[in-house]
Amino acid sequence: MEKLIAWIDDRFPLTKVWNEHLAQYYAPKNFNFWYYFGSLALLVLVNQIVTGIFLTMNYKPDAALAFGSVQYIMYDVSWGWLIRYMHSVGASMFFVIVYLHMFRGLLYGSHRQPRELIWIFGALIFVALMAEAFMGYLLPWGNMSYWGAQVIISLFTAIPYVGNGLARWVRGDFVVSDATLNRFFAFHVIALPLVLVALVFVHLVALHKVGSNNPDGIEIKKKKGSNGIPLDGIPFHPYYTVKDIVGVTVFLMVFAAIIFFAPSMGGKFLEHDNFIPANILSTPLDIVPLWYFTPFYSMLRASTTDFTHGMLAVSTVLVAGLAFFTRKGAMAKVASVIIAAVLVLGMFTLEAKLWGVIMMGSSIVLIFFLPWLDRSPVKSIRYRGALYKGALTVFVISFILLGYLGTKSPDAVSLFLFKNVLWAQIFTLVYLGFFVLMPWYTKIDKTKPVPERVTFK
Amino acid sequence: MSEDGVDRGKRRFLIALTTGVGTVGIVFAATPFVLSMNPSARARAAGAPVDVDISKLELGQMLVVAWRGKPVYIVNRTKAMLAQLSNNVSLLVDPYSKVKSQQPPYAENIYRARKPEILVVLGVCTHLGCAPSRAFTVGAASGLGANWPGGFFCHCHGSKYDMSGRVFKNVPAPLNLDVPPYMYLTDTLIRVGSDKKKGAA
Repeated sequence: MEKLIAWIDDRFPLTKVWNEHLAQYYAPKNFNFWYYFGSLALLVLVNQIVTGIFLTMNYKPDAALAFGSVQYIMYDVSWGWLIRYMHSVGASMFFVIVYLHMFRGLLYGSHRQPRELIWIFGALIFVALMAEAFMGYLLPWGNMSYWGAQVIISLFTAIPYVGNGLARWVRGDFVVSDATLNRFFAFHVIALPLVLVALVFVHLVALHKVGSNNPDGIEIKKKKGSNGIPLDGIPFHPYYTVKDIVGVTVFLMVFAAIIFFAPSMGGKFLEHDNFIPANILSTPLDIVPLWYFTPFYSMLRASTTDFTHGMLAVSTVLVAGLAFFTRKGAMAKVASVIIAAVLVLGMFTLEAKLWGVIMMGSSIVLIFFLPWLDRSPVKSIRYRGALYKGALTVFVISFILLGYLGTKSPDAVSLFLFKNVLWAQIFTLVYLGFFVLMPWYTKIDKTKPVPERVTFK
Repeated sequence: MSEDGVDRGKRRFLIALTTGVGTVGIVFAATPFVLSMNPSARARAAGAPVDVDISKLELGQMLVVAWRGKPVYIVNRTKAMLAQLSNNVSLLVDPYSKVKSQQPPYAENIYRARKPEILVVLGVCTHLGCAPSRAFTVGAASGLGANWPGGFFCHCHGSKYDMSGRVFKNVPAPLNLDVPPYMYLTDTLIRVGSDKKKGAA
C-alpha cells in the first residue's frame, strides 16, 4: 500500500492534497451549529447532479413531450418518483442551506478582510444557483413553469432600446416556446452545472488559502505554537469530517421526511399550478415564483411609479448632499454630482418598470460589495454593538416578510393596516438601507474588546 | 534564460499584436454561437393571421384566441362599459392612445378599436408579459376597491387596465395593452394579425 501511494505521489500530489485540505488543514476549534451549512451545500450539490443525471435519462426537452415525460418519470419509471422528488426537494433545500450559510457570514463577518474573494465567489455561486433553479423550473413545462419564465425573461424588455431584442434572443422565439425549453435544458444540465462546480472549487481554494473564520471572528493564524500550527486550530480530518457527518445525518433525516411525507410542501416546493400543462392562453391566477425567489420578486413588485420617483428623489438629495459634505476631496465631489445628475435624468426618462428591475438587480449586486461596506473594527456579532445587531435583525425580518409578501397578491392586506405593496416598499427600503447605510452604522457602532484566543459559547 | 540582447519593445509589440489578433479571432468565432440563439427561420415564419367568428360573443363577454403564441382578447363591450371610458381619462397614463407602438392608427381613440363595441387587444401585460384577467365587474364586488371602474387586472404584479386596455397610473405596467393589427372580413368575422386587404402580414 505504501509503495502504491509512493508511486502515485511521484506522479500526482495525492498525499500533498490530502494533507493540505483535510488532514493538515487547521480549522478553528470553536465551530458551532452555523458551520454545518458549507458541507451540507456540497452534499446537496452532489445530490442535484446525481439525481439530475438520472432524470435526464427519461426526460424529453420538447414542448410537446416534456410535461408527459415528467409524468412518465413519476408513474412508470421504477423509483422515478423518488429520484424526481430528491431533485425537486433538493433544489429547495439547496436554497435553505445557502441562505443559512450566507447568514452565518453576516453573523461572524466571514466576508471581511482577508476573505473578500471567498465572499465574492460565494455570491457568484448564489447568482449561478438562481439561474440554474430558474431554468430548471421551466423544464416540467407546467403552467407555472411557463408563466414564470415568461415574466422573468420579460424583465429584459425593461432595458431601453435593446431590451426587446435581448428578450427575443434569450427565448429564441417571440414567446416562450419549444426553442426556449430546449435551450434552458442545455443550460440547466450542462452549462450552469459546470459553472457551479468550477465556482465551488475556487470558493474552496480561496477558503483554504486564507483559512476559515470562526464565531469569534479572530485570526487563529496569529497565535501559532512552536510547531507552526495555530494554537486554536484542529485538523479538519478527522475532527470536522466527523462533526459534519453528524450534520449530514440530521439533514438527511429532515430531507427524507420531506421527500416521503410532503414532497410538494403544500405548494411551496412544487406549485399547484405546475401540475397543469403549460397553457399560453391563461396565466395562473396567483402567479408566484418558488419561495426562494419571492423576496426579490416582492422588491420587483414594489416599484410603482410613485415609489420609484420618491426613492430616486431621496437618493438624489442624499448623493447631492454627499457632494457638499464629503471630506474625500474633489474627485468624490465630482463623482457625487455626476451620480446625482444621472439619477435625475433617469427619473424623468426611464419607466418605473426598469427601476423595479434595477432595484431587484441592485439588491443582489449590493451583496458583492458587503466586504467593503462593513467598516466595523470587529468581525463577529459577539463583539459588535447594538446598531449592527439591530440592523441585522431588522434585515432578516424584512427579508423573510418580503418573501412572505411575494407569495401574496400586492393589493391584498396580509399583514395588518396597509396593503401588501406598501409593506413590500417599506421592507425593500430596509433591505437596501441595511447595505447602503452600513458604512455609517458599522463605523459609529460601539464594539466590545475582542479576545486573543477563541472562546466557546 | 539570459535576457541579454532582448529587444523589449519588439517583444511587447509582438505580445500586444498576437493578443489583439487572438481577441478579434475569439469575437469572430463567438459570433455564430451568439447568433444561433436568435429566433430560427421557422420561428420567424410562424405567425399567420387567425380568423375569429364573433357572432356568438354576447354583450359583456370576452373571447380568448391564440395568435403567434400570444393570447388575444376580444370583448363585446356594453353601453355602460363604453360610457365609463371617458370618465377614466384623468386616471390613465395614456388616455388618448398617443404612444404609437401600442396600436395601429385606426385604434388611436378612447375605444382603441375599429368599432367602439368590439375591443381587440393582446392579453399580454406590458409590464412583464402575464395575461391580465378580466375584472369587468364595477365597484367593490370586483375586489379591487369601491372605485374600480371595470377593466383588466394583472395578478402577477398588480397592473390595472380599463375596458379599453388603457393602463392606469401608478401601477408597474408603463403602457396600454397592445392592439394587434386586425380587420373585419364581415360584420362577425375578424382577422387578427393582418389589416391589409391582400396578403397576410
